[in-house]
Amino acid sequence: MSRMPKISIRGLKKSFGPKVVLDGVDLDVGVAESVVVIGGSGTGKSVLLKCILGLLTPDEGSIRIDGQEVVGLRGAEREAVNRKFGMLFQGAALFDSLTVWENVAFGLLTAGDMSRREAREIAIRNLAAVGLQPEVADLYPAELSGGMKKRVGLARAIATRPEIVFFDEPTTGLDPIMADVINDLICQCVKELGATALSITHDMVSARKIAHRIAMLYGGKIIWQGPASQIDNSGNPYVDQFIHGRAEGPIQMEVRA
Amino acid sequence: MNFLATIGRIFIAFLEVNGRIALFAGEAVSHCVRPPWYPKMIVRQMIDIGYFSLPVVGLTALFTGMVLALQSYTGFARFSAESAVATVVVLSMTRELGPVIAGLMVAGRIGASMAAEIGTMRVTEQIDALTTLSTNPFKYLVAPRLIAGLTMLPLLVLVADIIGVFGGYLVGVYKLNFNPAAYLKQTVDYLELMDVVSGLVKAAAFGFLVSLMGCFHGYYSQGGAQGVGRATTNAVVSASILILIFNYAITEIFFATR
Repeated sequence: MSRMPKISIRGLKKSFGPKVVLDGVDLDVGVAESVVVIGGSGTGKSVLLKCILGLLTPDEGSIRIDGQEVVGLRGAEREAVNRKFGMLFQGAALFDSLTVWENVAFGLLTAGDMSRREAREIAIRNLAAVGLQPEVADLYPAELSGGMKKRVGLARAIATRPEIVFFDEPTTGLDPIMADVINDLICQCVKELGATALSITHDMVSARKIAHRIAMLYGGKIIWQGPASQIDNSGNPYVDQFIHGRAEGPIQMEVRA
Repeated sequence: MNFLATIGRIFIAFLEVNGRIALFAGEAVSHCVRPPWYPKMIVRQMIDIGYFSLPVVGLTALFTGMVLALQSYTGFARFSAESAVATVVVLSMTRELGPVIAGLMVAGRIGASMAAEIGTMRVTEQIDALTTLSTNPFKYLVAPRLIAGLTMLPLLVLVADIIGVFGGYLVGVYKLNFNPAAYLKQTVDYLELMDVVSGLVKAAAFGFLVSLMGCFHGYYSQGGAQGVGRATTNAVVSASILILIFNYAITEIFFATR
C-alpha cells in the first residue's frame, strides 16, 4: 500500500443542534483498498459519507482526498474533487425524468466533451458490466425492480471511471440472493477499476464479502478497525454484539424514538 | 410572558425564512448568469410553463374579460357612461387582471409541480446524486426554471390580454349590443403603451416569484411524502401571496412615474 492514504479523515465532528452525531472520527482508506464502516442505524454512517461528499459541512476536523483538504471547498473546486467520486445511493437515487442510459451516462453527458451516441455506447457497456441487457437502456427508472435500480445505480457510479466509489447500504431492501449478486458486482467493479471503495452498511454478510478492512462506528467514534478476517476475534464487546446481532450487550438501543 | 415569547418566536422564524429565501434567490440568480447553462432543461421548462399553461390561462382570461364587460356595463349604466366599457376592459386587463390572473393560475399549475418534483428529488436523494455527479443542482434544476418563468410569463400575459379583451368584445357586441367598430375604436383609443408594458413587467416578476417559490420549497423539503405535500402547499400559497404584494408594489412604482 502506498504511503499516502486515498482518504484521510481526522477528528471529524458534526452535530445537529444538541445532538452530536460524529464526535471525532479518525479513519484512513488506502489506495485501492475497500473499507466498510459498520454501525447501527442512526450512528452517523450516512452523515460521515455526506461529509466526505461535501453534502454536509462538518463542524470540525479534516478530510483529505489524495492529501488535498476538501472540507470547505465550494463551487468549481468541489466539483473537481467530486469528479474522482462515484456513489451508489441507498435508494439508487436514479433521475426519474431520464431514461436508464441517460442516467448511467449522466456524468459523461454533463462533462460536455462527448457525443450522445458515444455516451450511449459507454452506458450500454456499463449496463452489461452489471448484468443488464441493452433493452433496459431505454426504459425509465420507474419501470425497474429494486434490484435492477441498484444495478443501474452501480453502473452510473462506475461510468465515469472514478478513483473512489462510495456505497451507501448497497444491499438494504434486497432479497438475499440479489444482495449477493450486488456484492459480487461491487467486488468485481471495484477490482476492475482499481478503485478505492468506502461502504457503509449494517449487513454483516455484505461487509464480510466486500471489505478488506472493517471499521465500526459507535457513539460518534470509530471504536474498532481491523482486517475483515479479524472481525470474529476483535476482542471488542461492542463489535461482538453487533456482528452477532444480540439485543443484550454494551450497546443499548434507545427504544424510545 | 409566554405570549410575548410566542410572538417573538414567530417573528424570528418569519425573518429567518425571509433571509433563507433571499440567500437562495441570490445563489440561484448568480447561477442564471454564469455558464455553463443547460439549454435543454431551459427549453423543457419554457414549454411546460409557456405552452402547456396556455389553455388554463386563456380560459380564465376569456371569462375574466367577459365578466368585466358585463359588470362594468351594469355599473356605468347607472350614470349613463356605458361607452366607457371597452376602455375599462382593456385597461383592467392589461394593467391588472391579465398579469394577476395568469400569475395565480401559473402559481397553481407550475409552482406546485416544481415544488413536488424538486421535493421528491430531494427526499429520494436525487439532488445529492446530482452533486456527486459534479452537477450543481442550482444550475441544473433551479436556474432553468427561473429563466423560463421570467421569460415565459410575459408572453403568456400578452396572450391573456388579447384573449381577455376579446372576451369583453364578445359580451359587448353580442350581449350588450355595442357597435363592433365603435367598441374596437374605444378599446384602442385610450390604450397607451405604458399600460401594456407595466403589465408585462409585472408578469416577468410574477413568473420569477412562482419559479422561485416552487424551487425554494421543493429544495428544502424534508420528511418524505408528507414533507413534499407541505412543500407543494407552501409553494402555491407563498407564491400567490407574493404575487398580490408585488402587484401592489409594482403598480405603485408605475403610478409614481405616471
